[in-house]
Order: sequence, then C-alpha cells, then structure tokens
Amino acid sequence: MIGNAKPNGGTNAAPGAPPAIAVEHISKKYGDFTAVDDVSFSVAEGEIFGLLGPNGAGKSTLIRMMTTLIEITGGKAFIAGHDVSKEPNAARGSIGVIPQAMTSDLDLTVEENLSIYAKLYGVPREQRERAIAKLLADVELTKWRTAQTKTLSGGMRRRLEVARGLVHSPKIFFLDEPTTGLDPVSRVAVWEMLTKIKEERRLTMLITTHYMDEADRLCDRIAIVDHGKLVALDTPLKLKASVPAENVIEAQFAHAPPDWERMLQALPKVNSVQSEGAGMYRILSAGTATVTALVECALSAGIEIKSLAVQSTTLDDVFVHYTGRQLRDEQVKAYAFVMPARPGERA
Amino acid sequence: MNRMWAIVERELRKFLRSPALMLVSLVFPLIQLIVLGNAFGGKIRDARLGVVDQDGGAQALKIKEAFNSVAANVRTFVPVYYDDDKRATADVKNGKIDGALIIPPQYSRRVYEKEQPRIALVVDNSDNFMSSTLEQKLAELTEALNTPDVQPRVVQNVALQVVELYPYIEYMKYLLPGSITLAMFVSVMIGGGMLYIDDKARGVHEGYLVTPITKLELILGLNTAGAIKAIASGVVITVVGSLISGVTATFHVQQAILLGLTILVTSLAFNTMMFLFMVRVEDPLVPRATFGVLNTLLFFPSGAIYPINAFPKWLQAVAIADPFSYAVHAFKALLLKEAGITAIWHDLLFLTVIAAIMISIATPLFKRTL
Ligand SMILES: Nc1ncnc2c1ncn2[C@@H]1O[C@H](COP(=O)(O)OP(=O)(O)OP(=O)(O)O)[C@@H](O)[C@H]1O
Ligand SMILES: [Mg+2]
Repeated sequence: MIGNAKPNGGTNAAPGAPPAIAVEHISKKYGDFTAVDDVSFSVAEGEIFGLLGPNGAGKSTLIRMMTTLIEITGGKAFIAGHDVSKEPNAARGSIGVIPQAMTSDLDLTVEENLSIYAKLYGVPREQRERAIAKLLADVELTKWRTAQTKTLSGGMRRRLEVARGLVHSPKIFFLDEPTTGLDPVSRVAVWEMLTKIKEERRLTMLITTHYMDEADRLCDRIAIVDHGKLVALDTPLKLKASVPAENVIEAQFAHAPPDWERMLQALPKVNSVQSEGAGMYRILSAGTATVTALVECALSAGIEIKSLAVQSTTLDDVFVHYTGRQLRDEQVKAYAFVMPARPGERA
Repeated sequence: MNRMWAIVERELRKFLRSPALMLVSLVFPLIQLIVLGNAFGGKIRDARLGVVDQDGGAQALKIKEAFNSVAANVRTFVPVYYDDDKRATADVKNGKIDGALIIPPQYSRRVYEKEQPRIALVVDNSDNFMSSTLEQKLAELTEALNTPDVQPRVVQNVALQVVELYPYIEYMKYLLPGSITLAMFVSVMIGGGMLYIDDKARGVHEGYLVTPITKLELILGLNTAGAIKAIASGVVITVVGSLISGVTATFHVQQAILLGLTILVTSLAFNTMMFLFMVRVEDPLVPRATFGVLNTLLFFPSGAIYPINAFPKWLQAVAIADPFSYAVHAFKALLLKEAGITAIWHDLLFLTVIAAIMISIATPLFKRTL
C-alpha cells in the first residue's frame, strides 16, 4: 500500500477531529470464500473517498458492512464514532445510503418515495415538506414531483435516489456505483450534481465505482480494491505519479528518411520506438521532454508532421500497475469469444 | 411506530396503483365460484343404460316399468333395449352406452320362489362418477322393488324433485365460503409471497434496512399491510359472491359483524403463515413454484368443495391441521346456516392461535440484515 490515510487539502475537517468513517482490518467471509480481506482505511470529514475496483472486487460488500447491512466477519467499522456492530441504529441515523441497484418504488410518485423514506428516518412532520421541496430542487426533479417513478429515465431515477438518501440530512453519504448504467451525458450531470450537493451540505462521501474517469474526476482520494484486498490508496495525482511514468506518443510523418527510426530512438528519455508503417511511429517515453525534442528534430530535418498524439499516465495505468492486469471485465469478455476446441483438437 | 405506518403506507399505495394484481386476486376466486358452481352443481342426466331382458317374465317387466318412470321423471338415465348381452357389454366398453343392466333368464321365477333373484349391472369403472351414480340409482330402485308395490314411486318422485328445484344455486352457495377463503389466500400469496420476494430481490428491503427502523416495526408493518389487503379481498368476495349465489345472510347486521370478525382473524392467520413460509426465501421463483402446491394442499382438504366427512382418514388429518378448514367452517356456519358466535368461536380461536404461533416462529427467523 502506498500513501496513508492523511486527509488531503479538499476537506474541511478540523485538525484532530475523529474520522467520519474508519475501517480497521475488516473482513467478510462467505463460507470459505473471502470477499473482503483485511481492509483498513479512514475517511476524513468532508472528503470524497472512492473505492475503485472491477466487478466482484468486494466494493458492495465493503459498503454493506459499513452501512450495517451485513454482519462483519472480522475487524471493526466506525461511522461518526459509532461502532456499527455495537450501535447500528446510531450509525444508521447519521448516514445516507444509495444501494447499487435502483430501488425506488416504481409505482409510487417521486414525492411519495421521498416522503416514505422521510418517515422511515423519523423526520418530524413539520420538517418533512421543507426538506423534500429543497431536495427536489437540488436534484432538479421539482417538475416531476407527482410523476410516477416508472416514467422517469435512468438518470432521473438515480437523482431521485440521491435525494432519497439525503431526506434526513445525514452528514455521511454512501453511494454504490452511482452512475453505472447511465449514458455519458447523464453521468456528467450526476457528477456535477453530487459535487454541488457535497459543497452545499458539507458532506463526507464514499463512492464505489469501476470507472476510472469517475474516480479521477470526483474523488479526493482513491482506494484500489481487487480480490477483496486494498492494493493502493492515495490522491489520484499521487497514484498516477507513483506509477513509473510512460507517455505514449503517436506521430505520423510525411516522407520519413530510412534512418528516421534510429533518430527518434536518440531523442531524450525515449524508451522504445516502433514503426507501424505508412510513416506512423509509436514512441514510449519517460518524460515530457521527448515531445519538444521530437518537434524540433522534425523541423530541422524538414520533415512534415502529419499528426501527433500524446497520452500521459491515466488511472488505467495505475490500475494495471497495481493489479497486474486490465479491468477483469475485459478479460472475461475476451474468454467468452474463444471458440470451443473441436474434437481431437487440444484445448 | 410511525415507521411501521410508513411501511403500511408504502404497501397500500403500491397495491392501489397496480389494480391488475388486485383484480387477479378477486377475479380468480369469483371465476372458480361461478364455473365450479355450475359444473358440479348438476346431477347426471340422460345417461344411456342398456337393458338386456333374458327373462321376459312379469318381474322383468316391472323393472322396465320403473326405468321408464325414471326416464320420464328424473331423467338420470334413458333405457336402451338390447337383445344380446355380449353386444351390450361391448357397447359399454366402447362408450356407446354408459352402462348395461342384464336381467338373467329365470329371474321372474326366482323372485316368486324367493330364491335370491339377481340382476347384473355392467359399468365402465374408469368413469367413477358415472358408474357410482348408476349404481346408486339402481340400488334405490331394487330396494324399492323389494318393498310393497304402491309407495316406492311416490317416495322417489318427492325425493328427487327437491334436488331438481335448485341444483346449481345450492352448490354455488356451498362453494361461497371456500371462494372467500381462497380469495384471501390468493391475496396473501400475491402480496405476502410473490411481491414480497420480488421486493427483496429488487433491493427494496435493502433500502429499508439502512434506515433506523427496528425489526419489530418492519415485521408489524409488513404483516399489517398484508392483512389489510387480505381483508379487502375477503370483504369484496363476500359481498359480490353473496349477490351472485343468492346468500342473503351476509346482509343482516349481526351476520355481517361476525363475518367481518372471521375475515379479520382469517387474514391474520393466512398472512402470518405466508410470512413464516417466506421469511428466509430469497429467490423470486420459489413463491411462484410453490403456490400451486400450497393451494392444492390447503384449499382442497378444507371442505371448501367437498365435505370433509367423505375424506379418507389421512386426508381428514390434513384437514384438522389446515387453517383453511376453520375459515371455511366458520364462513359456512355464518352464510349457509345463519349461525351465531357459538357455532364459530372455536374456529376463531384456532385461527388466532395459528396467527400467534406463526408470528412467534417467524420473528426470530426474520433477519434485519441482508
Ligand atoms: N451473499 C453472498 N454469498 C456468497 N458470495 C457473495 C455474496 N455476496 C457477494 N459475494 C461474492 O463476494 C465478491 C464480492 O462481491 P461484491 O458484490 O462486493 O463485488 P463488487 O465489487 O460490488 O462488484 P460489482 O462491481 O459487480 O458490484 C463476489 O465474488 C461475490 O460473488
Ligand atoms: Mg457492487
């Protein structure tokens, strides 16, 4: 594990304040299978903390233990100072939770969904209406107040659930894959809404996701989880910096001379050069100096650059670095298309 | 307890928003009432009974006379006369006639000499209902033939005319208590079984469980909502079914109050029973797969469509343990016999005890976690 549980600059925690969420050596076993394996971290007040991992990594299991939904096999979890195993109701009262599955009642209206939850959370009658009106405005569903939930789009239903999780004005908010299944436009809308609400209500948020861009965009700190284990934890920037940097430069040149590949190889910080035909080269470099040098070299040699693309380290690279592979989804997909061996052929 | 009412509110709002489901729980028992009421209400009529007279004597003529009178009056069967007993037997086998009566040679002589005269009835015993009807009718006739001449026909005519007057309505009335019970059970199967497990699988309960609702509030909320739905369908079928089948007791104040009480206790018993069955089920297929079995196991032995006295011992034992039997018994007493509380208090007590037992087993089994 790299980094530590030190809150970063984006939080509004008083120095020395107890963490909003603290997880100590927590594990969950289903029979012989260990879904979560000795995970520890803490989340400071006001922080947005991301749990990033592929399908089956144990993200939902972690959230469910922290939110009192399943029993903890080993270790402890504290929410706002309450041990979730010993004082589950105190913990429940101080958190809002959006489960992974969309669970709003489709037959009920938007407003009814919110009011039932307000009652379940014991919000006093006089506060209920005001809180619901404010939340509907915050998630931009005021217009749809009396619409049956089944008539809403996926993005709107997610926003309704965000509002539902906040009817009792909790300070700590758990969201399990809030944008999975949404189209790109709705995803961005949900991100913007969450950022705004977080600021306004001074929330601490814990989000799980398997989208790198989501974690990068929203989270102050990210914990990478794989096979139930925490494999890395830090700010997105530091995580990227911790991976041996490798920029990928793809350039296409008109009329490159025969020794051009050797000249590219000689540029500063270049690790490897690969010719891909039609004047196209793929260069892996360890620093940003390469690009400048490449352009200067081409200019002085009088060679026209037809195209140039530079990609720096992403969280994908971080993920591959720490887990040794791509997101597991893709592997599974690849296997799914392998033809079965014909009789007599070795598998 | 406000949290409990939030659960009840949610369940009832959802129930009112999906009238299709509500209708199914009412329509099914009503259709059963009307179709079964008419299908089983009638007696067998115009069965074809082959008659082979190998005797040709005066006593054989007397039998044929009795048959002609049956054919003319009750019309249970019409005689078809054969010369040859082999052909008659073959026709029973291939279904051309429903039975054959063979009057053997020397029958009349044996009657006069009091030498145990016999006639033979050939029936197709693969059709149990038909063959037993014929056997029963002929038993009546032969008994009548053994007693003095004048009375039997009069007795027959009177006895049979009563049945002829209201054959359908009578059976429909008989079925109504079963239909009310069934309607409440279907409502419980849909609400407390199918929809409950669907909600669980869809994660609706996951949403509840992260709120500070207590286990008891959750259990009470779910069961209260289920009971309210069952009461609603019980009341509707009692009123509609009484109108269809012509039961008037329903609309007398005292009977109406007792009916309400029975419906209340029955819905509590059924709902807590379903709650226990489903308390640890996760898979939405389970309720769907088991409902046919549950229905058969609980509805048919209850005396709803056939009297319990006619059951074999083992099935009577099932009936004793079956909460349906008590509900059906109480509804029958109130609707058909217009009885008072003394006739039904033990049914109500049994159902209350069942509800108490079911909920006290289910409560510790109910998990307040996923
Ligand atoms: N009730 C259970 N019984 C047995 N195994 C379980 C149970 N719940 C989860 N698991 C297993 O635990 C592992 C972690 O599951 P979990 O749902 O936490 O993953 P996740 O990271 O949330 O994945 P996803 O992105 O698909 O939601 C999986 O391998 C899953 O099969
Ligand atoms: Mg998950």
